[in-house]
Amino acid sequence: MKNKRTELKVSAIRNGTVIDHIPSEVVYQVFGILNLDQTNSQVYLGTNLDSKKLGKKGIIKISDKFFKDEEISKIALVAPNATLIEINDYDVTKKGNVHLPENVDKIVKCINPKCVTNNQNVPTSFKVTEDHKGNMKLFCKYCEKTMAKDNIEFN
Amino acid sequence: MINLKGRSLVSITDYSKEEILRILDIAEEFEDNQRQNILNGYVIGSLFFEPSTRTRLSFESAVQYLGGSIIGFASPDVSSVTKGESLKDTILTVSNYSDLIVMRNPLDGSARYASEVSPVPILNAGDGANQHPTQCLLDLYSIRKTQGTLDNIHIAMVGDLKYGRTVHSLVQALSLFGATFHFVSPDSLKMPSSVKTWVKNANLEYHQYTDFMDVMPIADILYMTRIQGERFPDPLEYEKVKNAYILENSMLENTKDNLKVLHPLPRVNELNEDVDDNPKAYYFQQAKNGVYVRQALIAAILGLK
Ligand SMILES: [Zn+2]
Repeated sequence: MKNKRTELKVSAIRNGTVIDHIPSEVVYQVFGILNLDQTNSQVYLGTNLDSKKLGKKGIIKISDKFFKDEEISKIALVAPNATLIEINDYDVTKKGNVHLPENVDKIVKCINPKCVTNNQNVPTSFKVTEDHKGNMKLFCKYCEKTMAKDNIEFN
Repeated sequence: MINLKGRSLVSITDYSKEEILRILDIAEEFEDNQRQNILNGYVIGSLFFEPSTRTRLSFESAVQYLGGSIIGFASPDVSSVTKGESLKDTILTVSNYSDLIVMRNPLDGSARYASEVSPVPILNAGDGANQHPTQCLLDLYSIRKTQGTLDNIHIAMVGDLKYGRTVHSLVQALSLFGATFHFVSPDSLKMPSSVKTWVKNANLEYHQYTDFMDVMPIADILYMTRIQGERFPDPLEYEKVKNAYILENSMLENTKDNLKVLHPLPRVNELNEDVDDNPKAYYFQQAKNGVYVRQALIAAILGLK
C-alpha cells in the first residue's frame, strides 16, 4: 500500500493508534486533547508533511494505546477530516474517519464570560449542532449560547 | 396527562405547547378566584442574587395569595453569598428549608445548574441575559387574554431586539402557535440570526423594519421594549438609538381594533405617558397577569393543581 509507506517514513509502530490527516496547525491541539503529554506510551508526532488532500498535514502515532470512541471523537472538533487507524502487529485492523460526538463535556470552555461555567465550579457541557449552512456549532447547556468552531477554546 | 409536579422551570423551551396551555388555564382559574389557601404549610425559598423588586414582589404576592410562606433574600449583600459561598452550597442549604426555590441570579445558566444540584424544583426568575420564563408565560397569558387565542397572531416587536431576552423567549414560545413576526429595530439592534433561524425552522414568516409606522396597521400585538444604555459598549452608539422608537398615543390612530400594547416594564421613555389612557394600552394589566401566572406555576410544580 502506497499510503502505508508514507506513514512508515515517520516511524512504524507495531501496536497502537495512528491519527492521520490532521491539519498541521492543529496537531498540537490534538496532542493536548488526547492528553498525550501525560502518557507513558511512545508517541511520534509529525507535522508539515506533504499531503495531496491538505497540502501540509500532521500525523500522530501512539504505541500500545487504543482510544475509546468518546475520547477520539473530541478531536473531530478541531480536525473533522482526520483518519483514525488502529494497528495490531504491523497490520491495519481498523481504519475510519473520526466522528463528531453528540455532546462535548468538560474539555471546551464556554465563550460567554458571564456563563455559570466560567464563574462557579461547574464543568461545561455542550450539544453539537449545525447552523443552516451546515457549520458545526456548540450549544452551551447552561447559558444557551451557541459557539462557532473558531471560538472553541480547550480547558 | 400533563404533570408538572416536581419539575424545575428554567427555560421556556422546557415546556411543550400543551404544558404552556395548561399553565395558562390554571392562571385563568386564579384570575377568577385569586385567594386560595392551598399553600398552607408550604415554604417557598426566594433567592435574589441580584435585586429585581418588580419580579420579587410579584412572586411574593403570588405566594401570599396562596397562603404560603417565603424565606430568602432580596439582594446578595445580606446573604452568605458575599462571604463567598458557592451557588451550589446556597442552593443545597436553602433546599433543606423549602419546598421550591425561586431564583434570580446574574450569571447566565445559573438556573440550569441550580436545577441540577437542587433536590427541590427551581423556578427561574431570570438568569442573567439568558432566560426569564415567567415573564414569557405572562406575556403569552396577556396575548391569549386579549386576542382570545395564541394561534396565528401578528406580533410586532419594537426596540432592542438584539439584547432583549424577553423578545427572544417570546419568539420561541409563539413559534409553537404559528405567529407572524414583525421585527422593528435600528440596524444595530436587529434580531440575532439564531432567533431568526428558530422562526425559519418552524416554517414561519418574519419581516424586518426600521420604520415603526410600517407595522401599525398590521399588528395584533405591539410588544415594546426598552433600549438599555448598559448594554452598549460605546455610549455614543446608545445616544444615537435611544430615542429611535418612542410610542405616542397619536401613532395608534390607524391600528386594528384588537391591537394591544405590551411592555415588560419598567419603561424608560419608549412609551409616552399619553398612551396610558388609551384602551389599547395593556402593560399594567400585563404585569398584574404575572401574579396569576406565578400562582399557577407554583401550584402546578408543587402538585397542588
Ligand atoms: Zn455557557
